[in-house]
Parts: sequence; C-alpha cells; structure tokens
Amino acid sequence: MKKLLLGDFAVARGAWEAGVHVAAAYPGTPSTEITEELARYPEVYSEWSPNEKVALEVGIGASLRGARAIVSMKHVGLNVACDPLFTASYTGVNGGLVIAVADDPSVFSSQNEQDTRLTAVSAKVPVLEPSDSAEAKEFTKLAFALSEKYDTPVILRLTTRVAHSQSAVETEERREVPLRAYEKNIPKYVMMPANARVKHVTVELRTEKLSEDANDFSINRIEAGDGELGVICSGGVYEYVKEALPGASILKLGMVYPLPYKLIEKFAESVKRCIVAEELAPHIETLVKAAGIRVEGKEIFPLEGEFSAKLIRERVLGEKSCAACANVPARPPVLCAGCPHRGVFYILSKRKLSVLGDIGCYTLGAVPPLSAMDAVVCMGASIGMAVGFDKSDPEAHRHSVAVIGDSTFIHSGITGLIDAVYNKAKITVIILDNRTTGMTGHQNHPATGRTIKNEDTYELDLAEVCRAVGVRRVRTVDPVDLAATEEAICASLAEEEVSVVIAKRPCALLAKKMYRGFKVNDKCKKCGACLRLGCPAVVKGKEGVEIDASLCTECGLCQKVCKFGAIEGEAE
Amino acid sequence: MSMQDVKKTDILIVGVGGQGTLLASRVLGKYALDAGFDVKLSEVHGMAQRGGSVMTYVRIGKDIASPVIDEGGADFILAFEKLEALRYLHYLSPEGQILYSTQEIMPMPVVTGAAEYPRDIEARLPGTGIDALGLALEAGNGRAANSVMLGALCKKLGFDREKFEAALLACIPQKTAEINKKAFALGCGAV
Repeated sequence: MKKLLLGDFAVARGAWEAGVHVAAAYPGTPSTEITEELARYPEVYSEWSPNEKVALEVGIGASLRGARAIVSMKHVGLNVACDPLFTASYTGVNGGLVIAVADDPSVFSSQNEQDTRLTAVSAKVPVLEPSDSAEAKEFTKLAFALSEKYDTPVILRLTTRVAHSQSAVETEERREVPLRAYEKNIPKYVMMPANARVKHVTVELRTEKLSEDANDFSINRIEAGDGELGVICSGGVYEYVKEALPGASILKLGMVYPLPYKLIEKFAESVKRCIVAEELAPHIETLVKAAGIRVEGKEIFPLEGEFSAKLIRERVLGEKSCAACANVPARPPVLCAGCPHRGVFYILSKRKLSVLGDIGCYTLGAVPPLSAMDAVVCMGASIGMAVGFDKSDPEAHRHSVAVIGDSTFIHSGITGLIDAVYNKAKITVIILDNRTTGMTGHQNHPATGRTIKNEDTYELDLAEVCRAVGVRRVRTVDPVDLAATEEAICASLAEEEVSVVIAKRPCALLAKKMYRGFKVNDKCKKCGACLRLGCPAVVKGKEGVEIDASLCTECGLCQKVCKFGAIEGEAE
Repeated sequence: MSMQDVKKTDILIVGVGGQGTLLASRVLGKYALDAGFDVKLSEVHGMAQRGGSVMTYVRIGKDIASPVIDEGGADFILAFEKLEALRYLHYLSPEGQILYSTQEIMPMPVVTGAAEYPRDIEARLPGTGIDALGLALEAGNGRAANSVMLGALCKKLGFDREKFEAALLACIPQKTAEINKKAFALGCGAV
C-alpha cells in the first residue's frame, strides 16, 4: 500500500519491516519521530533513554544478545554517544545495529551545523544516506543486512529536509527475524588492549572490503546524461540536482562511506566536468581528491546551510536570482504565552544576573526583551560552566546562575552537579521543571513517571536526586508565583555552597484547555511593565497595551507585574 | 482550474508556529495522494515552531524531485497570518495566486516596540484576504482557522470538495470533526 510518510516515520517503518526488536533514543529534532513512531509497534521494545550514550549502549547490548536494534539521535546527540560508537565499531555486532543520525543543515533547531559523515569516518563506521522517504525505508532495511553481513554498526544519515519531508512509500509487512544465538566471545567483545589491537586490523580490512564491494552496490548508481556535466551527490541534494540540472549525468551515492572509488573514477572519466555537490563538509570531495580523481566541490558550493535546486542552478549554471523579499519585522521563535519559564527569566533579567544556559525551549530566554541568557553550548553544560565561572571569580556566585531543564538535567546535568558539590563550588542551579521534554514535542522522561509507551514507571524525584548528590539547599517553587521564586533565587545566591531551585510547573501546551483570556482596563498607565515579560499575548497596540485573547492562557504573570490593577481576569 | 488540468501545483503554506500549518499540509498531501498524484511535503519542527515564522511546502504533480519550493516558484501561497503572507510573497510565481488570513499576530519585535507592524500589508498583497479567525469562531473554535483556510483553498483551486473534506476529517481528532466541517464550509463560502 502506498502511503505518504515523513522521512522519520519511513525509517521507523523500515526498521519494523526488518524485524527490529529494540529501539532506543533520546529525543532530538529532527530525529525524534523515528522512535516515537516505533513505540507504536507492539513488536518492538522502545525506550526513551536518559541520553544518547545510554541509548547506544542499550542498542549495543541488544545486538550482542542477537537482537536487531536501532538507536536514533540528532547530530549533536552522536557526540554524546561517540564513546560507545568508536569501540562498537571494533567489537562489531551480533544482531544488526543501525544508528539513525539526523543532521541539521541551516540549523533549524540545533546549536551547530556539524556533519555526521566526518564522525563516521573517524569511527570507521559505514554510512547510508537516503534521498526521500521511500529510500529512508529501504536503506534502513539494507542497513540491518549490511550490519550483519559486514559485522559492523551502520549509520543511517538523514538531514532535516529528508527527516521532515513526506513522500510516498510502498509499505510492506514485517519479516520476523529470530534472535541470533549468543556466544561468549572474549576476543570479539572485550576491548582490552590485546584484543583491541587485533580488532583494529579487522576494522581496517572491513572498511577496505566495503569500499571494494560498494562499487557493485545498487544504491550507488550512475544515471547517464549528456556527458558534459557530471554531478556526484547523495541524500536530499540528489533531488535538488535532478531538478536543477535535468541533462547532467549523476552518480548517486547511497553509501557515502566508505566510497566506491572505482565507480567514482569511471564516472569522472565519463564526463567533461565533474562536480561533487554536498551540503556542509567537503566529505566526499576530500576523499575523492585524495584518491587522485579531479573534481570540483567547495570551490563553487558553500560550506554552510541547506542547498536547493535554485542554489545549484546559481552555482553551477551561473543563473542569477531575481526574487526580492519584502523588508518586514522579523518573527523569531519565542517562549509561548503561558510558558512556565517566563517568570524565572523575568526575574533573572530584572536582577541582571549572568545566566549560564542550556539546551531546550528555555534557550529562548535569550530572546529580547528578556535577553536573560549569557551562554548556551550543549546539553548539560550550564552547570559545568557555572562551576568554571565560580572558580574564576570569587564574587561570581552572587550574580550568576545555571539554568537547565528537567529532561536536560537528567540527560547530563547530574554529573555537573556532582562536580559542583564535590569540588565545593558555590553555584545556584535553577532546574526549569516543566514536567516534559518540551522543545522536541513533549516526550516523557524519567521524572514524568511514564515510559515512551505511556506506561507507569518509577518517577524520578529531582529534589531527591539533588539531595542525594550532596546539595543541602533545595527549594521547590511555582514559577508563576513571582515573589516566592524571586525569594528562592535570592536566598540561593546568598548561600556559600551549591544550592538548587526547582521551578516546577507543567508546560503550558500540555494543558490543552480553552481560555477566555485576560483584558486590559482603563487603569492602564501605559508604563510598559507587562511588555517586559516578552509574552506574545501581551501586545503594544495602537491605544496602549492589548491582550491577544486567542493566545492568552491566563497564567496571571502580567497581572502580577502590573502596579495599577489594569489587567482583568482570573488566573487559573 | 482543476488539479487534473495542471502539470504541477506548488503550494506554500506560511504562518506562525502553532497555527496549524503542518496539519494543513498533511491534509493537502493526503488529498493529492488519494487522487493519484505524486506528492512531497516539507515541514518545520522544533524550535522554529515556538511562535516563530513557519513555512511548509506542498508539491503536487508527477515525479516530484525536490520537496522544496524555490523563491518565485509557488503557484499558490496560503498564508495563515497577514505579515507572514508579505514575508514570503517573493516565493510567488508571476502567475501565482495568494490567499491570506487577515488575522494579525504581533511578532516579538513589535510587541516590545522595536519594530512596527506594517499597516499597508493588504495593499501590498495581490490576493484575497479572509477573516479566517472570525469564521472559525463562528464555527465554534478559533483554532479551526486552518480549516477555514483549507475550505477557501479547496474552492479556489477547484478541488473535489467532498474528497477534500474527507481528507481533512481523516487528519483531525474525531471530537473536533463537527467544528472543522463547519469551518471548512465557511471557508468554501468565503471566496
């Protein structure tokens, strides 16, 4: 049956059809939907892991026991999982192990624009790259087969445009694959120096063999054109090339590492001008040039951002762009109306504190007018950075805080907190506990007490975790109660030890309630205090402040900052 | 114009994160696939969805390659918010049409007073404005504004109304069916 499927859903479908037994992931745009979708299949054990490293380790264990396993993450998630990845490359697999990694060219929802293919080269792990949803499904199935045939984990690399586009997919039925027999095999699976030295040789031979065999893989194919221009490409870029350069010869690479050098050489010789079109790093180009094959690449294409058919026409054919865009006010993403984080950021902004931030919706606390964030680097970094701040400046703990979400704290904030206590830092950590993984679309995590399949489980108590690692000052507040929140933050800043404030209130989007919305009455003095909240529902209109009833969630923050009682409505 | 007569139809759906552009593109995709066309949709998830400017692409035709519509290439723009219509106007092809909601949602730079919401938007837009929010409220819920816009689009592009409505109903929760049906009908009647 033909269905319109999101690239991520197609990966899930492919894994299910391939008989996958175990799926693990930490949510990360644009990869989240793979595991969300897999969780709907009763045949597949699925989990949200606390972070990508644990997810991959679960996958490695499942593979070791003979199961087929898929582990999914975004590009920066692979950094977290690199430690197990690099050595899983040495041990190889028992059941097929596929790692779906979604890169984010143009940085739609990430902190950087790194290229997973380069990580795969370092880890010596093969990479398949689908161009659309149909291929996403097919390549996932192929990845399992290659993983078992070549005894290696296989990376399935997606980009945002492939992961979050929908196209037609012919769905098939699941083929049950029995667990492979488990045999204890110390030389293969115990990576101590004597074994690792031997395995490294195996890995190099495996890569060489794959590179040789890849010349005959049907997913690496030449689409012959007029012989003037040849383009080597893969993934989403293949679709842009097909659209932009209909007459060109194309070498479409389904496997982008290791490369099929003989096929590439043959292709390059068959055309007058040979170009490598690839987003982000010059991965294919560098390897091809190192093999002595003459191609053009980043001489004409950018190193950053997504490509498009238009960009290819401009860079290859010299076509000029003529569309002029209107000069209109920007519309950056903002904390939603009713966001429980707003109260905290309002206080941090008002008190002009330095804020070491973290990854999540609340990164938007950096957006004006709140502008309450000084640094954001990676998952969990806020706490470590706060320790560094504290250790460099004896006064830092009086005017700086670390801010981290509940899911991010579990992902990799806890180790930072242990460091802070162990090394006698004086930092204040604010955990923004909105009871969900917000930015990626509301996934459960250990502190929600629910699994990926929404089953009840042990509910991790964040306050208890903080106390258990040695934090004596843990204060829990409702961030809509501005006075109590400000008091807790100020008390923490005054401490000479690590203190934690847990600002606990569910994400406003979880409520799914109908609201009438607040109204501004004629007591409004147009002082603008409410506008400093940066709430999208509180708007500077022609006649003064207005509240957009279609957005207002009656959280009551604007009432609390108004000194004149000009905002009417009953806070929920 | 009916879809059978055109070689391809590239539809750009724009709006503000949270307005339901994703749902609209999925309805269009389902309708086109059920009608036997090749379809590609491209969506935006994650951070951009949080009240930011969002665009989704819907490409309908035969053997669609890229899921992306280039600037100057859209046959149709469906805008859920006026300022967003203007922001993406340069995506419209010279022969293209635009249908926009007259709803105004203030972006943060306007909220804070750093910028002004342009007052001449409707004069600068070539297409038809629809009070989608008003009609959705009339249907029973402001959140059904996207169904109003889909109704208007269905009429404007000469799609099969019954089949299009069926695609819409297949994409929404059962309990909101009545309101969305009403909103869809009001949208059909608005152009």
